[in-house]
Amino acid sequence: MRIGLTPVFLDDQVGFLGQWRAWLEKKLGRSVVFVQRGSYREIVDLLRSGKIDFAWLCGYPYIRHRREFGLVAVPLWRGQPLYQSYLIVPAGDLRTHSLADLRGKIFAYSDPDSNSGFLYPQFLLTSQGENPATFFSRSFFTWAHRKVVEAVGIGLADGGAVDGYVWETLSEVRPDLTRATRIIDRSSQFGHPPFVARGDIPNGELKRFQSVLLGMADDPEGSELLGRLRLDGFAAGQPTLFDGIAKMAERVSGRMMRK
Amino acid sequence: MIFRRDLSLRWKIPLRVMGAVLGTAIAVTAALVVWEYDEMRQNLEGHAKSLGRVLSNTLVAPVLHDDIWRSYEIIQSARETYPAAPELQAEIVLVTDSDYRVFVSSRPREFPIGASPAMRGGAYAELRAGLSGSDPVAQRVLEPADSPLYFVMTPLVADGVALGHVILGYSKVSFVPRFVGLVKRAALVTLLVLLLIVPVSWIWAARTGAPLLQLAEAMRRLPGELESSSLADLPYSRDEIGQLSEAFRRLVGELKQKQELEGQMLVSERLAAVGRLTAGIAHEINNPLGGMLTAINTYRRHGNGDPLATQTMSLLERGLTQIKHTVAALLVETKMQDRSFAAQDIDDLLTLVESEAHARNVTVRADVRLDEALPLPATLIRQIILNLLLNAIDAAEQGGRVELLATLDNQRLKLAVKNDGLHVPQDRMDTLFEPFSTTREQGHGLGLWIVYQIVRQLNGELSVASEPGFTTFDIEIPYDQPA
Repeated sequence: MRIGLTPVFLDDQVGFLGQWRAWLEKKLGRSVVFVQRGSYREIVDLLRSGKIDFAWLCGYPYIRHRREFGLVAVPLWRGQPLYQSYLIVPAGDLRTHSLADLRGKIFAYSDPDSNSGFLYPQFLLTSQGENPATFFSRSFFTWAHRKVVEAVGIGLADGGAVDGYVWETLSEVRPDLTRATRIIDRSSQFGHPPFVARGDIPNGELKRFQSVLLGMADDPEGSELLGRLRLDGFAAGQPTLFDGIAKMAERVSGRMMRK
Repeated sequence: MIFRRDLSLRWKIPLRVMGAVLGTAIAVTAALVVWEYDEMRQNLEGHAKSLGRVLSNTLVAPVLHDDIWRSYEIIQSARETYPAAPELQAEIVLVTDSDYRVFVSSRPREFPIGASPAMRGGAYAELRAGLSGSDPVAQRVLEPADSPLYFVMTPLVADGVALGHVILGYSKVSFVPRFVGLVKRAALVTLLVLLLIVPVSWIWAARTGAPLLQLAEAMRRLPGELESSSLADLPYSRDEIGQLSEAFRRLVGELKQKQELEGQMLVSERLAAVGRLTAGIAHEINNPLGGMLTAINTYRRHGNGDPLATQTMSLLERGLTQIKHTVAALLVETKMQDRSFAAQDIDDLLTLVESEAHARNVTVRADVRLDEALPLPATLIRQIILNLLLNAIDAAEQGGRVELLATLDNQRLKLAVKNDGLHVPQDRMDTLFEPFSTTREQGHGLGLWIVYQIVRQLNGELSVASEPGFTTFDIEIPYDQPA
């Protein structure tokens, strides 16, 4: 079984991934391979072409391919299947209070297929009547939420958009990184990046993987692994959970169309 | 300057050795530092250039794709630390575009994206000038004088077109700790060498200097204390110091000889003066004396026999006779006719002194090697030998011995009289032969004077050697071959 991972969580903890994989293999009774790539798009492409079976994806690519992908499970963070996007600036910058103050500055996005790290700030600018393409003097992608925190922390970017769950987890794991940044805006709640399955996956396989994920919190080893992820567990979830993201995407792409 | 010249060799040699060691250490350290600097510069330059090439090759794609974060990660990885060679760590890495604007930098706060590094002024403004060189794809090393950094600039070339530059800035100061370490190590080694060398050079100086110091000390005492300049301590060797010592010994020897000669001359001149004086006086006394004695004689023969006058005359005659004898003793006359001196005369003399010798319990031994009579006045030679023998017996200790040696050698009569017991002290030597210079209670002190006068008138030579417990009088008198 091949599972695609994206930096919707701290996917650079190699030791943790090994333990998680071993646990999944034990529970599923078959071999598990984690597949990591440089961007969300590559994982999405692998999933669409059937080269991987499941993927932990952001809500934004999920809603774009909602009809193709099957929803497996949604992580529970702080008891809910929800998270926020944070807009951050360097900790030393005390004058910036909102996204509007970052006009003409350098901005770091995480991934063009990320909800919290790209879609939300795009939506925010669009809803304020700004053109996201020209609002910043320069913008760049770091291809991971954690690296957005780093880029803003060292001052490479004047602002950045980051997954709130990743930022909070990082503040426990690497407080030195988050301490160099300051949050100026928290988005409304969105559906947490879910586990999805390729469209042609046999239903039994999907159910089996789903039950393993849902039962993770009740398993002592599984709950310890969840603790490392700072998650409470997994819920089955409904595709409607991601309607908020879908609306934002519609708004942003609509604007793009009009342009 | 004066002080340094006046310093004793004892100090000069160790100081010079230390100076030589220090000088060598400083020269070697300086050479090493320069060499090390060159080495490090070449190392660093080579390292920076190859790093620049690797970076520029690696950065082409991210720069073309405008991937700022990837570029940042790449230049950050290029700034890895090398604990063994901290100077190899770039202080700053800049990636600029073709307009010399920052694409990305290792210090985003100081060099924000899109800004021109020239805004920081100083060296960074100069770098811009350096960019517009003749060859757009060549690497350049720039060392702005007023900057603590020096830079290696590598163009970012894609398909022959320069997209921008990778600029690596290295600290010049980072060499300093290496140099300080080097100098410290050199100083430590020098100190150890000095600790080892100082005692060695001290001993060396003592060995080299000691003979010179001895020589100098001996020379310092030379004029006044000729006797005590300890010639025995001077070094015997064939080197220059040994030669110097040898020359000095010779010089002292000659000086001594000269001094002795001068002393002898002084003595003989004085004796000659005394001789002339006494001879003059004796003649002056002798003339009236003869008249007076003749007058007394005449009175005796033709006088009226007045008892008082006769008694007075006899008193006068005794006094005048004593004067005559004394004068005669002073005035040694050699011109009278005399028989030849022979071995028989010595036998007579030995018989004469026998009673005296017996009285003092002194053994007199004679070694006489005379075969025939010599054409020398026997009376005078007898007088010499008698006087010397009597003196010797008198000076010899109780139960001591006196030796008389008489030999012939090359037309000369050699006489030697030796005795043990009392010797002639040094301060008496100069006046030994002067008349009336005796230290004894009896005797008139004319014995040696007479000996001297006779020897001189016979053109002989006379010498005395006297040490405690041993005294020798040597006499040599020339004589003509018997006709």
